[in-house]
Amino acid sequence: MTQKLVVIGAGMASGRALEHILETAPGAFDITLFNGEPRGNYNRLMLSPVLSGEKSYEQIVTHDEAWYQAAGIHTRFGEAVVKIDRNRKVVVSAGGETAYDKLVVATGSAPFIIPVPGHKLPGVITFRDLDDTNAMIAAAGQGGSAVVIGGGLLGLEAAAGLRILGMEVTVIHLMGHLMERQLDPAAGYLLQKDLERRGIKVHCKGATKAILGDVKVEAVLLEDGTTYPADIVVMAVGIRPETRLANDAGLEVNRGLIVDDAMVTSDPDILALGECVEHDGQLFGLVAPLYDQAKVLAQTLIAQEAAFRPVQTATKLKVTGCDLFSAGDFAEKDGREDIVFRDPGRGIYKRLVLEGNRIVGAVMYGDTADGTWFFNQIKDAADISDLRDTLIFGPTAGAGKADPLAAIAAMPDSAEICGCNGVCKGTIVQTIKGGAHSLDAVRGGCKASASCGTCTGLVEQLLALTLGDEFAKPTVQPMCKCCDHTHEDVRRLIKSMALKSIPAVMQELGWKTVGGCHSCRPALNFYLLAEWPLEYSDDRQSRFVNERNHANIQKDGTYSVVPRMWGGVTSASELRAIADAADKYNVPMVKVTGGQRIDLLGVRKEDLPHMWADLNAAGLVSGHAYSKGLRTVKTCVGSEFCRFGTQDSTGLGIRLEKTLWGSWTPHKVKLGVSGCPRNCAEATCKDVGVVCVDSGYQIGVGGAAGMDLKETEPLTTATTEDEAVEITVAFVQLFRENAKYLDRPYKWIAKVGLNWVRERVVDDPDTRRALVERFEISQSVYRKDPWAEHSRVTERAKWAAMADLSRVEAAE
Amino acid sequence: MSRFIDIGALEDIPRQGARVVKTPQGCVAVFRTMEDRVFALTDRCPHKGGPLSEGIVHGDRVTCPLHNWVFDLNTGVAQGADEGAVPVWHVRVEGGRIFLDTACMKSTAWGGR
Ligand code: SRM
Ligand SMILES: Cc1cc2nc3c(=O)[nH]c(=O)nc-3n(C[C@H](O)[C@H](O)[C@H](O)COP(=O)(O)OP(=O)(O)OC[C@H]3O[C@@H](n4cnc5c(N)ncnc54)[C@H](O)[C@@H]3O)c2cc1C
Ligand code: SF4
Ligand code: FES
Repeated sequence: MTQKLVVIGAGMASGRALEHILETAPGAFDITLFNGEPRGNYNRLMLSPVLSGEKSYEQIVTHDEAWYQAAGIHTRFGEAVVKIDRNRKVVVSAGGETAYDKLVVATGSAPFIIPVPGHKLPGVITFRDLDDTNAMIAAAGQGGSAVVIGGGLLGLEAAAGLRILGMEVTVIHLMGHLMERQLDPAAGYLLQKDLERRGIKVHCKGATKAILGDVKVEAVLLEDGTTYPADIVVMAVGIRPETRLANDAGLEVNRGLIVDDAMVTSDPDILALGECVEHDGQLFGLVAPLYDQAKVLAQTLIAQEAAFRPVQTATKLKVTGCDLFSAGDFAEKDGREDIVFRDPGRGIYKRLVLEGNRIVGAVMYGDTADGTWFFNQIKDAADISDLRDTLIFGPTAGAGKADPLAAIAAMPDSAEICGCNGVCKGTIVQTIKGGAHSLDAVRGGCKASASCGTCTGLVEQLLALTLGDEFAKPTVQPMCKCCDHTHEDVRRLIKSMALKSIPAVMQELGWKTVGGCHSCRPALNFYLLAEWPLEYSDDRQSRFVNERNHANIQKDGTYSVVPRMWGGVTSASELRAIADAADKYNVPMVKVTGGQRIDLLGVRKEDLPHMWADLNAAGLVSGHAYSKGLRTVKTCVGSEFCRFGTQDSTGLGIRLEKTLWGSWTPHKVKLGVSGCPRNCAEATCKDVGVVCVDSGYQIGVGGAAGMDLKETEPLTTATTEDEAVEITVAFVQLFRENAKYLDRPYKWIAKVGLNWVRERVVDDPDTRRALVERFEISQSVYRKDPWAEHSRVTERAKWAAMADLSRVEAAE
Repeated sequence: MSRFIDIGALEDIPRQGARVVKTPQGCVAVFRTMEDRVFALTDRCPHKGGPLSEGIVHGDRVTCPLHNWVFDLNTGVAQGADEGAVPVWHVRVEGGRIFLDTACMKSTAWGGR
């Protein structure tokens, strides 16, 4: 006896299920197929090539009119089912009621739309079906700009297609890197670079605030204030299982319509499959598992026992030229290890995640030829212990090791190597080819590395690269075990290769670890923020605890709090606020520091934001006693009070501190300003020390009184206070731009020479002014009180424990 | 025997960072790696008691903020030349929430492992 089978939704999953049913039990069912879309089954995956014009709709139809006719299926396309009546076993649609013995729900999913203001304006499009695709093609025909919200698989395929059609495309992505669910930061970085190369703008960490426009979309506004013009906005931020019918019918629904292993819902006569279902807590967004569901569902319908088991899935992006592959499991589990391979020259990144002797996950970019092989190793849980050493090179291993010179080889000829004399890679290579076979010969030939010498390492590498074995490269001291480059080389390369993020540096300079270590990450974070103050945003997690928490950690895990006292000057009301804070937070010790201010020692972490808020209220800000940045400017009383004072040393000290505070530097920076050569502010053992005299201001640099004791070396004598300030700021900026992380000025000056410094900050007014200008640009971001930011009411809870179980009884 | 307690959302911990949970056995540091893997160790360095929750997290390791000992988050064992280990606590992530195994709270020496 034939049974009446009704199918809701003619999508990828139900199409495959119908094929199985007709193959295994032809004639067993009288089938009616409803579809919301006014057409039958087609290959939805291929909408991306339809958008870009590489395929036509006709080419992606999987079941045509003739097929449905031959199969005897009653098609009801363009007719959405609006209700399931389980008691009477009928479905309701515009055409009336249709009775069923067995019902299959295959309604797929619906694109999620962020409900920001303006989301209903004409011109906001999702990317799900042929109509959406045609709407995008029509819009692109008018030219103009498109903003794609969402940097996942769908969003990027939409962006690439629209770009091919000639639109200006911007992708807004909420997370730190593209496709963050499938890719790690290194692969995400390479993908972004490839997309940017084809003219697509990518804005990561971008939260959409509103879609602007009167009668149709005109622009997209982000939380950070950026706006992008838009003639269309494509929302591709995710999908939600389409469960409305099932919900109304009282079927068991969680995030998706719940099915058991046999694909049966909570009603034994209703089955379901595809993106609308939830199986064992899991949702589905790729077709591979849906095809397995189709097989199981068909078997269940013809009363054969079958059980669905989700398989591993792999992801590829259908954008020609963006070669990425991601598979397997990156979720948290014990005992995992990584194998990493990077080839900066060819833009290749490969990473395998191992658990014991098995591969559990793989991410690749640039060369994905071995993707399928790795995927099979993952699925088969193959034992790879024998292959381990060469595993990353795939089944046909044997290919060589990573080449430490690869990054240098990959640099364009136009990249500047010697900043002092403006010499590019191409010129240096020409000079070497022209017969300069030693460092000295290169210095003589084109002046590269002839001034401050910090690019010497790079010039030597170019010698090695150009001359091969002829040139015996002296061994260098790499930054840390994660890379082959010195600090100086990394600094130069960040600048000349325009590297603007930690993943970019790690990829292009061939880092040997996935995410660096506690030694290189803080250094990279500083180099990047010093080089690109406006574009790079500080990475708090790459900072040492004191800088991350804006307080000095103590041996017992408490913190010390040191408010700024500009030039060592305070007032009764400030002292009162400090005393009140000391009382309120039970501070065990209040101490005057060697830097002319007051230290509150022994504060608990969770009290920090509250104490800061109290101090802020009294006008006190962070003293940065914890930072590789400006610490203190010690002053004496000077001409205002002292009978020997020649200038207003207190005023100058305060002015310098107000100019320099908040800036990050390679190591800490301390200043002193004394009003006369008696030098009560101990200015001659500071990083910069000013000693006032009748004729002006004697500026000395490179002093220290820590592990080494050093007297400042005289830099120059300024005649006016303005000039003294300008020279000091220029000096600090030169130090910021050139020194190795964790070199105090005296160590750096010993490397580059005081003359080299003087030429720039004293002798050449243009260079000096340019340094001051760059410092000011950086300070437009960093001259602000971190305490104010972290003590905002919304931030305070983050400083306390995330949970308190101290009163929860231990389990038996 | 284990008893898992919900201690908060995955989002409460910054990537490559940690937060602390107070227990009768002292503080537990709950770490979140770049790839959203979650680990929990007793928040006391075996060297001189440094709070590991304040260390720099790199890969599945953490560096103690006081004197730079490095620990494997999987095993709690100190890396390289340094010798020592921190108790490891069981954690689980489900539906974006983090669950800590409180059975570990019983044993002081090895967190019930
Ligand atoms: C609080 C203070 C001592 C005091 O009670 O006076 C202090 C305390 C610390 N100093 Fe200092 N130094 C303090 C003035 C000094 C001075 C004197 C000065 O600034 O006039 C020096 C010598 C001058 C100099 O820097 O050249 C000084 C040279 C150092 C050094 C060695 C630096 C060097 O280049 O050799 C370190 C280690 C480092 O920075 O790497 C250090 C590091 C430290 C640290 C931050 C150690 C640490 O990393 O935990 C101490 C934090 C203690 C805590 O728990 O809060 N401290 N330290 C002073 C804070 C000044 C301020 O108001 O900010
Ligand atoms: C542009 C694009 C690219 C993709 N690329 C890939 C890829 O590369 N790899 C991959 O694995 N996956 C990809 N996918 C995902 C894949 O297409 C889906 O996983 C798959 O189509 C889901 O199949 P389904 O049958 O569950 O739902 P669908 O294919 O969406 O079919 C559901 C159908 O049900 C209809 N319907 C809904 N409600 C009703 C109702 N009440 N009455 C009648 N009909 C209704 C809908 O109109 C729709 O036609 C892509 C998706 C898109 C949109
Ligand atoms: S001299 Fe400085 S670093 Fe040394 S114990 Fe004293 S405060 Fe700490
Ligand atoms: S306390 Fe952790 S390394 Fe010293």
